[in-house]
Amino acid sequence: MSNTEIAEAVVPETNTAPEPIKKVSIICSKGSLDMAYPALILANAARMSGIDVNLFFTFWGMDIITKSKLNDLHVATVGNPSMKIPTFLGGLPGMEFMATRMMKKEIEKLDLPSIGELLDILEASGTEMYACQMAMEMFKLKREDLVPQVKGVLSAMDFFDKAAGSQVIFI
Amino acid sequence: MSIRSYGGQSVEVNDEGFLLDQASWTPAMAEAIAEETGLAPLTEKHWKVIAFCREDAAREGQAPGLRRIAKLSGVDMKELYKLFPKGPGKLAARISGLPKPTSCV
Repeated sequence: MSNTEIAEAVVPETNTAPEPIKKVSIICSKGSLDMAYPALILANAARMSGIDVNLFFTFWGMDIITKSKLNDLHVATVGNPSMKIPTFLGGLPGMEFMATRMMKKEIEKLDLPSIGELLDILEASGTEMYACQMAMEMFKLKREDLVPQVKGVLSAMDFFDKAAGSQVIFI
Repeated sequence: MSIRSYGGQSVEVNDEGFLLDQASWTPAMAEAIAEETGLAPLTEKHWKVIAFCREDAAREGQAPGLRRIAKLSGVDMKELYKLFPKGPGKLAARISGLPKPTSCV
């Protein structure tokens, strides 16, 4: 068995360009600064390209839409392998504060919008934002604790109904 | 890359329909691109956005991002989405004869 023949892969021929994405649904499950920005910026980029967007906030992602928390999101210095800070140092008092301040400075330098402004932009763009009902109960949040840009509170099953026909992204 | 005829003039465009040479743009071309993308007829507000985009690009050397347009053109974000429902980020630049903006906001 020395001469193994490898069949050439059959690639179906297509003359048409790939179908453009029409709708995305992004599940925002994390409330750290480095998870909130990618989710919201991606949502905004999609809307700017004419793609419909649903955002579903759940678990720690609720912080992004909670009035008392959205201006105070942090960067995690522990359990964040990209930070290159040894775990035993990352846990020292003030480390997270420092890392967060540094990232916020960079964000400002790039003239990126704050989380609050991004939520305004997304609302103006027609992005539909929903909060997870279970997470609301779990964190004892009321509707009035959430920013007004949130359109409603949904169960996960309701969310999937809303997500019909869309690509689903989990962050 | 391909050649398209807009407003009686043949111009080179990239795969996404953006003009390769922004100097070849004319207002008649904007009308023709608007027709092609289902935006026609262009309103006064559209022209306000186009004028701002062209001026800003000439000044800054790049097509303005949407947030910049909303902040400085006098047409706010909500209106921009009404004027360009199929994606103001790309369409405002395309209709103004500018390249696709690189900004994500």
